Parts: sequence; C-alpha cells; structure tokens
Amino acid sequence: MKAALDIRDLSVDYHTRAGRLHALRNVDLLVPDGEVVGLVGESGCGKSTLISAVLRLLAENAEVPGGEIVLDGTDLLSLSDAEMRLRRGRDVSVVFQDPMTGLNPVLTIGRQMIDIQHREALSRAARRERAVDMLARVRIPDPASRMDSYPHELSGGMRQRVAIAMALMMNPKLLIADEPTTALDATLEVQIIELLQELQGEIGCAILFISHHLGVIAELCQRVVVMYAGSAVEEGGVRDIFHAPAHPYTKALLDCDPGRIRERRQTLPSIPGSLPDLTAPPPGCIFADRCTKADAGCGATQPPRIDTAPGHWATCHFAEAMR
Amino acid sequence: MSGPLLKLEGLHVRFSAARGIRSLLAGREKQTFDAVAGVSLEIEPGECLAIVGESGSGKTTLARAINGLTPIAEGKAWISGEPLHDKPDWTAVRRQTAMMFQDPVGSLSPRMTVRNLILEPFRIHGIAIGEPERKARKLLAAAGLSQEFLDRYPHQLSGGQARRVGVARALALDPALLLADEPTAGLDVSVQGEILTLLNKLRGELGLAILIITHNLNIIRHVADRIGVMYLGRLIETGPVEEVFANPAHPYTRALLAANPEPDPDARLTRIALKGEVPSLLARPKGCEFHPRCPWAHEDCATRAPDLASVSGARRKARCLHPFPDFECRSEAAGGK
Repeated sequence: MKAALDIRDLSVDYHTRAGRLHALRNVDLLVPDGEVVGLVGESGCGKSTLISAVLRLLAENAEVPGGEIVLDGTDLLSLSDAEMRLRRGRDVSVVFQDPMTGLNPVLTIGRQMIDIQHREALSRAARRERAVDMLARVRIPDPASRMDSYPHELSGGMRQRVAIAMALMMNPKLLIADEPTTALDATLEVQIIELLQELQGEIGCAILFISHHLGVIAELCQRVVVMYAGSAVEEGGVRDIFHAPAHPYTKALLDCDPGRIRERRQTLPSIPGSLPDLTAPPPGCIFADRCTKADAGCGATQPPRIDTAPGHWATCHFAEAMR
Repeated sequence: MSGPLLKLEGLHVRFSAARGIRSLLAGREKQTFDAVAGVSLEIEPGECLAIVGESGSGKTTLARAINGLTPIAEGKAWISGEPLHDKPDWTAVRRQTAMMFQDPVGSLSPRMTVRNLILEPFRIHGIAIGEPERKARKLLAAAGLSQEFLDRYPHQLSGGQARRVGVARALALDPALLLADEPTAGLDVSVQGEILTLLNKLRGELGLAILIITHNLNIIRHVADRIGVMYLGRLIETGPVEEVFANPAHPYTRALLAANPEPDPDARLTRIALKGEVPSLLARPKGCEFHPRCPWAHEDCATRAPDLASVSGARRKARCLHPFPDFECRSEAAGGK
C-alpha cells in the first residue's frame, strides 16, 4: 500500500511559560493513496498542531523533537524552507473550517484563483480558463461571471466550494480538510460531502478529513484515526472503528453521540473528568484517569500499540478484551 | 397559572437592509425585510419547545424579540398574560425570561469572576440578597459546578464549564422560561450530553419551560416535547417531536431530517437533494416560499401561498399545499427519493 502521507512517531512540543507542553507524543498516522482518512478528536487533542506540522507552519515556540512526516516519499521535516514553500498548495493543500479566513476579502475570486497558479507556465488566458473550469467542477452556477465576485458576495456554501476549488486546482497528492462543513447548515453540509466524494473519485487525491461530527466521518471515510490529548489512540477501517472500537476512549466517544441514541433519554452519557495537563503528562496511559476500565497498571505503564485485526490497532492494555 | 406561559401571534421582526453609497445617491427607497415574518406559537408552563432551522431562518431573532433585545415590528406577544408588544417594562419581563446566549465564553465579561457573573443579575434587578456567598454557591451547584470555580475568570473555563456558568446566571432570578440559543454549539460530543442532562434535570426540578434554538437535530429528541421548523422567518411545521421525526409532513422538514448524516458506516441514507441555495429575505419567492427548492413542487405551489394548517390531527401543523404522507406515492413515481 503506497501512502500519500505517512507520519511516523511524530512529537511536537510547545515552549510555554508553564513549561514544555507535549502537544503531540509519538503520533503515527497513515493516509494511503487515494483514500479518505478521518481524524476524530475533541478540543485539545492536537488536530490543529498536526495540520500545522504537516504544512510546516508551526508557531514560533514549537519544537519537533522527533519523528517523520513523509509526503509522497519525501520527509517534509528534512526540506529547506524554500523547498517546502514549493510544495504547499501543489503537493498538499488545505480547506479550512471558515472559508472566509482562507479567501482574501478584497480580491475577486478570479484574481485569487489565477494567482495560485503562479508556478504554472501558462498564459493568463489559459489560467483564467482553468480557474473557470475548476469553478464549474465544484458546481458554481455561471462560473465565468462568478470570477468577478468578491468572497462576501457569495453564500457560505458557495464560498466553501470556491475554497475546495482552489485547494484542488493544482491536483495535490493530499488534501487536508479541517472541519470543512462545521460552519455550514445540514442541507449544505450534505452538498459539500457529496462534492468531496465526487471530486476525490475524479482527481484521485488522498484526503485527511478532520471532523468531530461522527456522522460525516462514517459516511465519507474509509479509515479513521482517533486522537486524544496529543496521542493517536486507535486507527482502523471505518467499520472496525464504529462497530468494534478497541480503545475505551473511542467507545465512550461513540456512546456519547446524541445522534446514535435513538430513544428519548432524560440522562445522556458524557465522559466525566477533563484533559490531562500536557506539560506533565501522566507516566502511564493518557486516558487512564477518565477510563472506566483502568486499573493500577494503566496509570503506571504506557500501553503498547496492540493489533486487534489487520489494519486495526489501539494503544490500550485491554484492546483485545474490548472487541 | 392558567393559559400558556408564552403566546405569540403573528410576530414580525423587521430589519432595514444596509444601504450602499450607490443606492443613497440614486435616492432609492430604504429597503426592509422581515427576519421573523409572522410567527404564532404557544409554550405551556414546564414545556420544552425546540425551534430548528438553518442559518438566517430567524431562530435567534425570534428569541431576542421575546426578550426585548430586538423590537417587535408587528404582531402580539404575551408572557404570563403580560403583553410584550406594548412597551412593557423589559427589566421585569427579563426576570421571567432568562437567556442563554450562543457563544458561551463570549457572553461572559472577561473581567469578572464567576462569583460576580452569577451575582450580577441580582445587582441589575436591584434585588437584595442576604447571603450572596451562599446564593452564589447554591446556583453554581445547581448548574453542576464545584465551588472552586467561584474565583475563576471566563478565560480559565472550558466551553462546557462556561456554558454551566451561563446556566447558573440564567437561573439566578427564578425565571419561568429559559431561552437557550444553541446550548450545545461549539461543545465536544462528550460534553453535549452533560448540558442536555442538566437542562432536563432543571426542567424536572424547577418546572422550567425551555425554548431551545438549535440546528442540531440529534439533540432535540432528548430534550424537547414539541418542535417548530423555521424557514425564511416563518414556521413551516410544528408538532410533537416523535411524530415529526417519524413522519415529517413538510418537504423541507423531510429534507432536513434526511440531511443528518448517520454515525454508522453501514447506514445508507435516502437523501433528498434540495435545489439551489436559500433565497434572500429581500426577494422572497412568490407562492410557497419553499417551492423553488422543493423536489415535489406542484404547479400551484408557485402561485398559491400556503398557511400553517393542521395536518393529521390537531397537534400537527404544516405550511404546505401538498403535505406528506398523501404525497408519498408521487415522489416514488418521480424517482425523487
């Protein structure tokens, strides 16, 4: 299996006033060629740090003590800044949650779509034509005249489609979609998901799809990675994750989703407790103090990665018993 | 108390569209639009009504109008029999209708401690409390937070904790109606359950009526008794939650429910594709306002505007000329589903 993105043993620390904050610890993540991989995790799990690390856009106070980020055979961490700049937007591109922050409000859509082709040896007319074509592919009605629109003249759903068009314009190997539907309404969310599915089939790029909406993940992704407090705790095929979760955190997360609870309930499940302090992570399992299964061993030793099925693993002492 | 706690009759909220320099120079008429365009509803004491709809459908504006945060342009409204449309004493009204705002952290002053935030309603309403410390602790406990939070500032709270402080503030003056604007927005899945459980508990213990405004359909069935679906500032369907979920009468409700992705990779959804985008409030479609996007629109839908009328029993209403289920056979034939 060739991988579009292979993150191995990646750690990222932030230097803060409270000390060294271990935001990512030994994260492994694989996005096979042409597949859609979902990344699930709640606030503070390290999703944003992971994206910034892949794009090499980490904050000033960040440090990468170890690991590799292999994109299409090259370790991005070994590249010079100039080499990395050439890859952003061409080999890897991003669609952000709020399309307004990704688009320049004072330039027309067309100008921005032509500008991002600056590396291509094409005439201005050819670039324009390509931009119009891309807008048509994301089903913007009347694309040629929309080229002269400013972002504020478009609705939220249209703006997100323009952002997707821009991200896919250079046929990247990997598209990172960071909660692209969170800001949209249900009926528009569906339109974006269907559009992504269709374009992925046509262009064949791999997608790392980040979301906390389990319904969207279940529908769109082939594989899922679950993160908690800076660690990848489980990875597997979408059916394995949803039907046979091997990590107690994954199971708790699925059990909490109000969308999975059909009958009316007065008391809804939640995960009691709060995230651990990542400036001094516990010596054992990171989830131990909130886990219903945890025993003394969990607090003392870090659980290894246990394979429970081909292509499905979890970092839990009880991974086998969970299934 | 007899009669409904809250009663709205043909409520309108009007905004004027921003005028650009061009229209100013051309001397064009000032344009207005109705964000809430004739909403009638009732909430009984202790009842929970959920208002759902997409961005711009007027849900939040409706709640703000009930609380006097935006003026009522037309129509009538009463809370416990007191008219709201006739220059009421809003300070008195707001003792009865407490608001939980959408942004949990943003709605708390960053320079006040949780203790001061919780006691602020008493100061605003000039209510003397004998033992403020005890009162603050009691309210905090009712919202499910321990006393150590009293001296914290909003930036030291997580989203769920800030939400709980919002609940404590809303409860301070013993309201009869809680207006909860997107109570779970921006919260992690594992925390959403906590807040919904809390709302259910408060309803049971205090007999509080709740108006929940949300676009998250998943949470509704666990808290609400009745649901009202809004589209372009009007209610287009109302009824008991279970019945509406099981068998929606309005095509838009049907599409909205079908658009909700199932958290199960094996679920195969029968989606209903809506055409185009939500129309502008400045240019409402003629006839039924949903007809340009409706996959089942008849010819007369383009010309005749439907009223919110009873369907299948007195408890359910829909604003549709051809409501489900008598419409089902046609949609199968058209291959629309």
